[in-house]
Amino acid sequence: MTALVIAEHNNQILNAATLNAAAAAARLSGGFDVLVAGHNCGAVATQAAAIAGVGKVLVADAAQYAHALAENLAPLVVSIAGGYSHLLTASTANGKNAMPRIAAMLDVAQLSDIIGVVSDDTFVRPIYAGNVLATVQSTDRIKAITVRTTGFDAIAATGGTGTIENIAVQADAGLSTFVSEELTKSSRPELAAADIIVSGGRGVGSAENFAIIEKLADLLGAAVGASRAAVDAGYVPNDYQVGQTGKCVAPTLYVAVGISGAIQHLAGMKDSKVIVAINKDEEAPIFQVADYGLVGDLFKEVPALCEALAK
Amino acid sequence: MKILVAVKRAIDYNVKARPKADGSGVELANVKMAMNPFDEIAVEEAIRLQEAGKAGEIVAVSIGPAASQETLRTAMAMGADRGVLVQTDDEVQPLAVAKLLKAIVEREQPGMVILGKQAIDDDSNQTGQMLAGLLGWAQGTFACNVAPEGDSLAVKREVDGGLQSIKLKMPAVVTADLRLNEPRYVKLPNIMKAKKKPLDTLTPAELGVDITPRLKLLKVAEPPARAGGVKVADVQELVAKLRNEAKVI
Ligand SMILES: Cc1cc2nc3c(=O)[nH]c(=O)nc-3n(C[C@H](O)[C@H](O)[C@H](O)COP(=O)(O)OP(=O)(O)OC[C@H]3O[C@@H](n4cnc5c(N)ncnc54)[C@H](O)[C@@H]3O)c2cc1C
Ligand SMILES: Cc1cc2nc3c(=O)[nH]c(=O)nc-3n(C[C@H](O)[C@H](O)[C@H](O)COP(=O)(O)OP(=O)(O)OC[C@H]3O[C@@H](n4cnc5c(N)ncnc54)[C@H](O)[C@@H]3O)c2cc1C
Repeated sequence: MTALVIAEHNNQILNAATLNAAAAAARLSGGFDVLVAGHNCGAVATQAAAIAGVGKVLVADAAQYAHALAENLAPLVVSIAGGYSHLLTASTANGKNAMPRIAAMLDVAQLSDIIGVVSDDTFVRPIYAGNVLATVQSTDRIKAITVRTTGFDAIAATGGTGTIENIAVQADAGLSTFVSEELTKSSRPELAAADIIVSGGRGVGSAENFAIIEKLADLLGAAVGASRAAVDAGYVPNDYQVGQTGKCVAPTLYVAVGISGAIQHLAGMKDSKVIVAINKDEEAPIFQVADYGLVGDLFKEVPALCEALAK
Repeated sequence: MKILVAVKRAIDYNVKARPKADGSGVELANVKMAMNPFDEIAVEEAIRLQEAGKAGEIVAVSIGPAASQETLRTAMAMGADRGVLVQTDDEVQPLAVAKLLKAIVEREQPGMVILGKQAIDDDSNQTGQMLAGLLGWAQGTFACNVAPEGDSLAVKREVDGGLQSIKLKMPAVVTADLRLNEPRYVKLPNIMKAKKKPLDTLTPAELGVDITPRLKLLKVAEPPARAGGVKVADVQELVAKLRNEAKVI
């Protein structure tokens, strides 16, 4: 039977994480459809129809779907779930918010954050901050899954010839309303999709000092990340947090500056291809996962690194 | 308004978990256990709402073996008024936890249930959303601010791009993110007092809930270890390595 991928988007642009979720769906035996629930989201439906290998693109266009509120999205998905063997979404904030609600309404378990597909009913997922990989088999008729984006290379965004179909919308559940959002504005690449990430920790010392991290990031065309300690201290916004309980990233290059390397931080970045650590404490655990470690004071080394890169 | 708080006994966050040698599960024998850190935040939030005059009784609920009593005592030492243990030695997966919590909600009739956003052992990040789905209640997940306003609840949430504010109809389910508050330290006299607070014990059977696992753990393994790296002497060497050896810049 077919799998259904729930698209993540902002009503205009399909979020790249959807391509990772679709890549997981493509490993299943039955092909996949995509659900686009949103408001005035026609452009997203067109983009979804171009995903390589997609079957149908189901569109539910109504005001109550504008902000992906789980209270409205869940009954919609439940109304069409009977025709599917698998429901998948990326492990984004929206995916993690909605999928368990959908699963519970269907009386099925959820497989969180899968990083591997073994077969149609068996999946690999990290537990205990990624220190353990569990291979888990589901006995439910419908498998509700969130996909860790770093576990699957994105499927091609073009070449697909999906057929777009409008589906019946459900009334607003009347349980929740969107009020506002404060999105971090940045001209840098998005953390989840960046090729290079420069992250700062408590060692950076203040919000003002983060400018040196940003300068290095800009020289490398990188996104800026942070440890929990740096976010808690207010140096940077919450959405910069990398780790077990923040974002999981796996860029080509991850530069950790003034970060000790707590297991919770490592959980979010240790699958990066190349890791660089700059820390004044040569015993810092971050050096155990770093391909290249530089022991030194970040206030001296990072500006020097910027200079060396500019050459 | 009564508040129900779900607290889970989990591995201490400082402990690095390892698979058992035979790959059948995670080594938990003689491992230090503690209240899941997100649940401390959940308990703290309930207490702060009570202190602000916005909540009445606080009931802490835990599901697990007899040792989970300790977790409930910790919640009561922080300030929860009483505890309910749903005792079982069986494995309880999030859907079953949510069903058990729903049964407790039906008995206790709280105006709000606060959970952690995720337990740091199984990292599922499911239970609160499942409970809300089963109850047909609104859900405020990954909350960093919670403010009751009459019969609705204003919740600020940590989302991928920043922060989102939503308004929920009460009763509602809230899951606590890291920056909702900073939990208080438990004082010794309060630990003594907590020993006298009521703690009821129930079983899944008494609540009429089938907790049969839906997911079968086939095996666990350690992830591939990273090969150890090298220390570089200075930034010049670092840049050279990144350009010529790793070829990533
Ligand atoms: C439930 C829970 C969830 C968590 N989730 C996350 C998560 O998702 N992500 C996360 O990151 N953490 C998380 N943590 C926190 C984690 O345990 C650590 O506390 C945190 O990662 C530490 O951040 P840090 O490395 O920046 O700070 P510290 O551990 O304080 O390290 C600072 C480092 O900077 C170095 N330093 C200081 N000054 C300089 C200098 N001038 N030059 C060079 N180096 C310097 C020091 O040597 C030190 O190694 C979580 C914790 C809990 C309990
Ligand atoms: C295949 C499989 C095999 C497993 N085998 C074992 C095993 O052998 N032994 C073992 O101990 N565990 C085992 N587990 C883990 C156990 O089932 C999970 O702890 C459980 O599924 C809950 O997941 P979670 O805590 O990650 O939920 P999350 O959804 O991450 O938890 C969120 C919040 O829900 C609340 N909550 C969750 N659980 C409880 C609880 N029990 N009581 C009160 N509140 C709670 C808390 O507020 C928590 O912060 C296994 C899990 C799976 C999937």
